[in-house]
Amino acid sequence: MSPVGGLTWTVYDADKMTQAETYGLVLSELGKMNPKIVGLSADLAKSTKIGKFGEKFPERFFNLGIAEQNMFGVAAGLAKVGLLPFVSTFSVFASMRAVEFLRTDVCYQNLNVKIIATHGGTSFGSAGTTHHSIEDLSIIRAIPNIQLIVPADAVETALAVQACVEVEGPVYIRIGRSFEPRVYQTDQYGFQIGKAVEMKSGTDVTVIACGAVVYHAVEAANILEREDGISVRVINMHTIKPIDREAILKALMETRRIVTFEDHNVIGGLGSAVSEVIAESGKACAFTKVGIPDQFTPHGYPEDLMHYYKIDTDGIVEKVRELLGKEFEKEEDWEDEY
Amino acid sequence: MPLTEQEHKELKTIAKKIRKDIVDVTHWSGGSHIGGSLSMVDFMVVLYWKYMRIDPKNPSWEDRDRLVLSKGHGGVGHAVILANRGYFDFELLKEFNQFGSAFGMHLDSKKATGVEASTGSMGHGLSQALGMALGARVLKKDWKIYAVLGDGECNEGSIWESAMAANHYKTSNLIGFLDRNHMMIDGPTESVMSLEPIDKKWEAFGWYTQVINGHDMVQICDAIDKALTHNGGPSMIICDTIKGKGVDFMENNPAWHYGGLNAEQAEKAKLSIDKMYPDVP
Ligand SMILES: Cc1ncc(C[n+]2csc(CCOP(=O)(O)OP(=O)(O)O)c2C)c(N)n1
Repeated sequence: MSPVGGLTWTVYDADKMTQAETYGLVLSELGKMNPKIVGLSADLAKSTKIGKFGEKFPERFFNLGIAEQNMFGVAAGLAKVGLLPFVSTFSVFASMRAVEFLRTDVCYQNLNVKIIATHGGTSFGSAGTTHHSIEDLSIIRAIPNIQLIVPADAVETALAVQACVEVEGPVYIRIGRSFEPRVYQTDQYGFQIGKAVEMKSGTDVTVIACGAVVYHAVEAANILEREDGISVRVINMHTIKPIDREAILKALMETRRIVTFEDHNVIGGLGSAVSEVIAESGKACAFTKVGIPDQFTPHGYPEDLMHYYKIDTDGIVEKVRELLGKEFEKEEDWEDEY
Repeated sequence: MPLTEQEHKELKTIAKKIRKDIVDVTHWSGGSHIGGSLSMVDFMVVLYWKYMRIDPKNPSWEDRDRLVLSKGHGGVGHAVILANRGYFDFELLKEFNQFGSAFGMHLDSKKATGVEASTGSMGHGLSQALGMALGARVLKKDWKIYAVLGDGECNEGSIWESAMAANHYKTSNLIGFLDRNHMMIDGPTESVMSLEPIDKKWEAFGWYTQVINGHDMVQICDAIDKALTHNGGPSMIICDTIKGKGVDFMENNPAWHYGGLNAEQAEKAKLSIDKMYPDVP
């Protein structure tokens, strides 16, 4: 169990902790090494686990109360005077409640503010629509200067939180609410912002996923290989922006079929980012994006919601099988009817 | 109208049942915002059973009064109250929180009968209530609009935007209830983000402001009567309450903002509620 980057956090611990708990621990460790780190939350210090940092460094932690707009403005001010603010609230509030403050105060001025947004996607299941963030990736992706990361599990969360300190400028890390299944057994897989990870090689079809869906993608790929004899490549696209064009183009050339899966609206998130790369390449490829089909999500336990939207193991198996029946068309087959 | 003794007894009986039902739904559902639901029961019961002009069998009746739960995380309390008031079958709450149910932690006005606005993100409900109050003016209706706010919720700047506008437009038909339970998620309001003097703040924003014991139904009725006759602008009734009221191990404990109850804890909670009402069968 190797300590990461001089931190006492270990892979072993990640097994027993949620993404948020891991984040709280890693940030507390980073706080020891970097006195510039300050923490901010909006009455969600406990829920987002930034409170762990707050307990260790009360003089460097500010709970702004339930007032997200002010929180982002204050973060901008702290960054202006050379500090390194970490801001945590639920993703729905980080990306929407205060978005113009994030966009204009933080991103426009390209300030060094790190946003660790928890309860991403539909992970706060029974809290319902007001607490689901199915638009966050789309909104954040459209703001210049900010980088956007969706870690697959607790190990990757720890690595992403450490890595974001190394880059200058705003970074948004979207994590889940609860016990996201463990994807990585080691932290030595070369995590790098902007560099996708191939979880499994394959030649028939490529599945691209992010966040908690990655675990299911790997499970589904194994089932498809075993039961259908299909060779499925699985890519963990943990960084949505900047997107790893190379990994997408390689998958396009080598498998000619790509399906994206995400806990997000199919508009504007991972699927859109991947499809933009495909479309601009000018090459043909059978492609589907799976996620929330542009509707407000009902409440329910997260596993039920993932099942309903076909982003769990069963759903991914079903959707990949569907895509395999669908060939990309060769030019000579095109009919000029629209 | 002041409370008669008979009425008081009836309303207390209802409030006791509602507190126990909230405990049950929390037990069935795996978890709910129970603390802030228990704190608002008494004034909600007075409103729904004594003051509001409503017809639960005709929830979209145009001439009804409207209540917006701005502190939308009180969904479990609101749902139990609506069920007991006859808007829908209480049995439906057995599936609270589950996929496919019309009811979850934050109520959806498109699904839950009797819910006037989909809330849950703090600091939205008062604006919507103000919109309804102004709408009544445009449409020449005599509706009363009630808005229920959390004290932590008053950290949100948007609350004060609507406070300013309500005074500007002198919406006397808008009556706010501030569930002043002194707690939010991360701890007591005064240690997370101090609000005091909260009454002076509302007053300074032009609201006719009263501070009462939010568990005393006599005081609640008295305050509503005064607010209803005040016609110089909006009213705020600051209800001093106890988060988790009725369940001894939850009272004033921020850890019970949100939580689940196993069968044993639920039984204990109900015994505690019995003790709160020695004179109610
Ligand atoms: C905009 C927004 N930020 C954060 C939250 C998360 N949240 C839910 S309840 C709550 C605390 C509410 O405190 P208060 O208004 O005092 O309610 P009560 O104590 O009566 O339950 C918070 C921060 C939210 N629902 N909306």
